Amino acid sequence: MESRWTTLRAWLLLAPLLAVIVLIIGWPLVNTVIFSFTDAGLVGTGGNFVGFANFAKALHSSAFSSTFINTAIFALVSVAAEMVLGVLAALLLDQQFRGRTALRALMILPWALPTIVNATLWRLIYNPQYGALDALLTQLHIIPAYQSWLGEPGTAMVAIIVADVWKNFPLVALIGLAALQTVPHDIKSASIVDGAGALSRFRFVLFPYMAGPLMVALVLRTIEAFKVFDIIWVMTRGGPADTTRTLSILIYQEAFSFGRAGSGASMALIVTLIITVLAAGYIAAIRRNTLSA
Amino acid sequence: MEHRPLAQTVLVYVAAIVLAVAILMPFVWLVIMSISSAPDLSSLPLHWLPTTFDFSRYVKLLTIAEHSAGEAFLSSLRNSLEVSGMAVIGALVLGIPAAWAVSRHREVGWSIYIAIGSYMLPAVALAVPLYKGLHALGLLNNVVGLAGVYLTILAPFTAWLLKSGFDGVPREIESAAMIDGARLDQILRRLTLPLAAPAVTTAALFALMVGWDEFFYALLFTSDDRAKTLTVAIADLAGGRITDYGLIATAGVLASLPPVIIGVVLQRALVAGLTQGGVKG
Repeated sequence: MESRWTTLRAWLLLAPLLAVIVLIIGWPLVNTVIFSFTDAGLVGTGGNFVGFANFAKALHSSAFSSTFINTAIFALVSVAAEMVLGVLAALLLDQQFRGRTALRALMILPWALPTIVNATLWRLIYNPQYGALDALLTQLHIIPAYQSWLGEPGTAMVAIIVADVWKNFPLVALIGLAALQTVPHDIKSASIVDGAGALSRFRFVLFPYMAGPLMVALVLRTIEAFKVFDIIWVMTRGGPADTTRTLSILIYQEAFSFGRAGSGASMALIVTLIITVLAAGYIAAIRRNTLSA
Repeated sequence: MEHRPLAQTVLVYVAAIVLAVAILMPFVWLVIMSISSAPDLSSLPLHWLPTTFDFSRYVKLLTIAEHSAGEAFLSSLRNSLEVSGMAVIGALVLGIPAAWAVSRHREVGWSIYIAIGSYMLPAVALAVPLYKGLHALGLLNNVVGLAGVYLTILAPFTAWLLKSGFDGVPREIESAAMIDGARLDQILRRLTLPLAAPAVTTAALFALMVGWDEFFYALLFTSDDRAKTLTVAIADLAGGRITDYGLIATAGVLASLPPVIIGVVLQRALVAGLTQGGVKG
């Protein structure tokens, strides 16, 4: 019964949301594009047109490239660890054992914890004077003396990644578990009767059911990780010696600490471009899931 | 129960215990820090279990006294509730009709990708113009202004979750009522929304958690007790000169209670909403 009227009605129902998106997302985005070609400051109007100077400066600056590498390392390592640990935890939670329901319920806790509280909690755990990690490791005689996990360039990024993985791998585990529960029971037991080894059972029987949802989780987590700001801001503010400074933190500093809005806008657009590529991958992944379901 | 070799059973239990400990330890430590006395927390070697229970920090943070930590904490708690609450209501008002339209009408179905794309945009790509806009409107350091900014995240997010919620309500029910002569607003109010109520509730609570968690915009656009949210207040505590780590831990425990309670109570619905909304378009 699709008629011209029902189509018009659909547009009318959509209009408020689309209007708000244009106003508070589209319009600012257009302005960011305009700023990126100017030397505009944070306060005052306009700024002079400078062409592609901001982009050229960003792409040639060592600060931008080292920050890009930091961001890529954070995203790759934390997301890879979250996927591996998440899949292992999902496979475990799919087994039958006493306390399974309680353990599944526990998995929601790190995910529900606010990001800022997670960052604060781990900052306290890593505290170089009174922190629990130093206390534990010295009492177990694993390290001889207290050390500053977040204060040393060699350990700060790893310490942040551990905190991020702890918060986010349970979500991957819950998504993986939900996928495993769609595997028909007779297929699971048949593969055991057939004597398939654990690895080939995972590879050929279980993984095909998990691949779609996991792909989506992978892309979503990668996008989130590429935008990372909160956890790093609270734990190190990008230090020590900028070793944990990511793109969002660099752009924040450029635009809001130094007031170089034009230059910050050009960097933000480079990040947006990368995210757009990832988002296109995400949409392709969910379309494939929708078609195959 | 399937029969497993003993070795495998042992392996499963060992792994389960390791997982449980890894998940629980940081939480337990946060709570212990919040109720340990300051000397216990700074003793070397560290006292893992408190010698006395000290709940004074909870009292301190939950009591209003002029220029106290409690005053700052409670005002940020109120701001977080107001900002997230307003933004979630706005997101539902915009999202419910839009999501229904997208779910029922193929011609406008592509709009959902605009919502998904908007939600994924990095905040840094909007921050400077939003700052200038709020400045021009006199809405910097204002809960209404911040709630408006939160709509940039929550409106597309909510529409996206609600769309899959409406997909779960059979459209045949609506067509039947339509043939009986009911008007669309009656159908939506009396039929579709009640049937989609679990999905709408899940989306609203989800959006509330995202708003409660937000930090970047709140850090940029608020400066004092009039609008500063809980996340900014806790970051201030963590980065400040406070020597009592127990107080920071206490603020963390209190700020985590609402989302953790929502998470535990609605765990099944949340995971289902997350997988359906996020995994299928």
